[in-house]
Amino acid sequence: MSDPVTDTAKDVRTRRKRRRSGGLHIVVFLAPAVLIYSVFSIYPLVESLRLSLFDGLEDGTAVWAGLENYATLLFDPNWATQFWRAFWNNLVLFFIHMVVQNPLGLLLAALLSLAPRFGSAYRTLIFVPTLLSVVIVGFIWELILSPLWGVSETLLGTIGLAWLYQPWLGLESSALTTVSLISVWQYVGIPMMLIYAALLSIPDELIDAARVDGLNGWSIFWKVKLPLILPTLGIVAILTYIGNFTVSFDLIYSIQGALGAPNFATDVMGTLLFRTFFGQQLQVGDIHMGATIASMMFFIILVGVSIYLALVQRRLQRYEM
Amino acid sequence: MTRIMKTTTATLALCVAGTAALAQDATLSIESWRSEDQAIWDDVLIPAFEAQHPEIDVEFTPTSPTEYNAALNARLDGGTAGDLITCRPFDGSLALYQRGQLADISGLDGLDNFPDFAKAAWQTDDGSATFCVPMASVIHGFIYNAEAFAELGLEEPETVEEFFGVLDAIKEDGTYTPLAIGSADQWEAATMAYTNIGPTYWNGEEGRQALLDGSAEFTDPQFVKPFEVMQRWNDYMGRAYQAQGYTDSQNLFTLGRAAIYPAGSWEIGGFNDQAVFEMGAFPPPVEAAGDTCYISDHTDIGIGMNAGTDNPEAARTFLEWVASPEFASLYTNELPGFFSLSNAQFEVEDPLAQEMISWRQDCESTIRVAHQILSRGEPNTWNTMWSVSANVFNEASTPQEAAQTLQEGLESWYEPQQD
Repeated sequence: MSDPVTDTAKDVRTRRKRRRSGGLHIVVFLAPAVLIYSVFSIYPLVESLRLSLFDGLEDGTAVWAGLENYATLLFDPNWATQFWRAFWNNLVLFFIHMVVQNPLGLLLAALLSLAPRFGSAYRTLIFVPTLLSVVIVGFIWELILSPLWGVSETLLGTIGLAWLYQPWLGLESSALTTVSLISVWQYVGIPMMLIYAALLSIPDELIDAARVDGLNGWSIFWKVKLPLILPTLGIVAILTYIGNFTVSFDLIYSIQGALGAPNFATDVMGTLLFRTFFGQQLQVGDIHMGATIASMMFFIILVGVSIYLALVQRRLQRYEM
Repeated sequence: MTRIMKTTTATLALCVAGTAALAQDATLSIESWRSEDQAIWDDVLIPAFEAQHPEIDVEFTPTSPTEYNAALNARLDGGTAGDLITCRPFDGSLALYQRGQLADISGLDGLDNFPDFAKAAWQTDDGSATFCVPMASVIHGFIYNAEAFAELGLEEPETVEEFFGVLDAIKEDGTYTPLAIGSADQWEAATMAYTNIGPTYWNGEEGRQALLDGSAEFTDPQFVKPFEVMQRWNDYMGRAYQAQGYTDSQNLFTLGRAAIYPAGSWEIGGFNDQAVFEMGAFPPPVEAAGDTCYISDHTDIGIGMNAGTDNPEAARTFLEWVASPEFASLYTNELPGFFSLSNAQFEVEDPLAQEMISWRQDCESTIRVAHQILSRGEPNTWNTMWSVSANVFNEASTPQEAAQTLQEGLESWYEPQQD
């Protein structure tokens, strides 16, 4: 038996010691994340913003240019046409993902949450494309849709729809939609998983209670489950918005090239940034103009996310479950 | 224990001595985007050089083509680039020279072995300084399936009308796709169509120089006509050619499903491996029989010296060798389709390569029209040429509109075109 009094005294002493050492442990635990994030994310971001305020000279040195590069990008007809076209294409891409990918992800998640037979097999199969390299996905779909070696025409033929076949990736009217749908095919697994996890976290008691109150499955989904997963849908929307500017580049670059063929129909901010920054054939790379485009992308994402946070996220009601 | 110590000391001493001896020699490394040439450099070219210069060690260290420019720039800036730099033609290398990263090699004796148009790709605009030794050019024309031609009783066309006659005959027969080219990747439309057949209409160098000095415009008939001819190609290209990419076209031809391939000579090596049938080649057809023919003999690859190299003497020795007739012959024969630009006379063994290089005698040579100076500004003329040429194939633009877009883009920044 130890003396209760000394024990309490010891406790107080340790507590005091802990307080005296200040939040040192907090610093220690935060340090790795802060350090890595600063070096690999914040520093490059600041550096890129800085680059966009300079202009390159022939001998490789840079001079202060202020906001000149931004003015060129937004108002010089050559740059403005490219910039706004790319921006518009990004919006179209975002729109298609919002109306196709996310509802589809919701539907799949809802179906999976009913625990159908072979549910986990479907879940895995639908998620697998997400793990594939974009280059492989692009190449496979290019082959599937190819007029020469592709199977799409034959497949359409078996259901008597061969006349529907078009070289979709090569037509200005359909190229961007086709690329978006390929991307939807690849990434639908991500919203599905996020929403599925949210659906699973809804306590059974709530569903049971709703059932006792006389709601059918359809009403339970709309009136109980959906309101509870709204915050997740919000996250999915914001991830779609950001991904639309970053992820879209890989797929478009691998399928349609750095010029967003045909006739810039699939040219997005990413491809514009890439060819401006690194150069394209005879176009010599211009890091300052490239950094300007990158910064504009940053601002566009920033504004989009801020609007979302201010107008939507704060109004979303969260329920304790 | 002492014995081990002694051995170690001896080994150490040997090592030190070895390093000292090596220090006399120079090791040169070559930066290049031609990673597919690794075997040729390792097995043929470098041994041939080292046999004459045993004191110099050469290594070929390529980067993949899409990363080359960015990687090379980064290494040059960081001071870790190789001693010898494979040079892209025109502005890419000129920029490196202006930044002081490529050395001026104007004094090299071997440069006298090259014609002026070949050196122009790696000189300052006024021609006062040369910074790369020309290595090779690629020649454009048409490669055809000789067995298909024999089967259908066709002959190499000489004039444009004969060319379309041949295409009609192939189309009528129906066995082969007449022309293996698509517009999905865009660059073939500019490279293998517009700048392939174009020089015939704008008279090669004459037209190119006229654009440079502002006395001609892209909207002039000689620059619109090639687009009009390209528009007629549509009927003979594969079905749904809008989604047919570069490798699709290559495969279509080498699998024997297409009869004529609008080509660059760099295809020869690959086609020799892939195609099981006899092939032939003909230069771009002329308007009327007996007209001068023009070919795009495009200066594509050169090699220069890193201004910051530790071994400038050894590097110069190597460059002198690259400029020699021996290198010209070795390189051209090892890489059929990449033709040395040297004036030296040498035998070309590959029949297809022999045919294409022979056009240099019969036809006038020129380079791709957008490459010198004209693609220096924004919008970039060469990029625009990709898009508008593909648009003409896709019937998204008329020939006039295509030419108009090119001209407007050029006028917006190129002074000689502005009055």
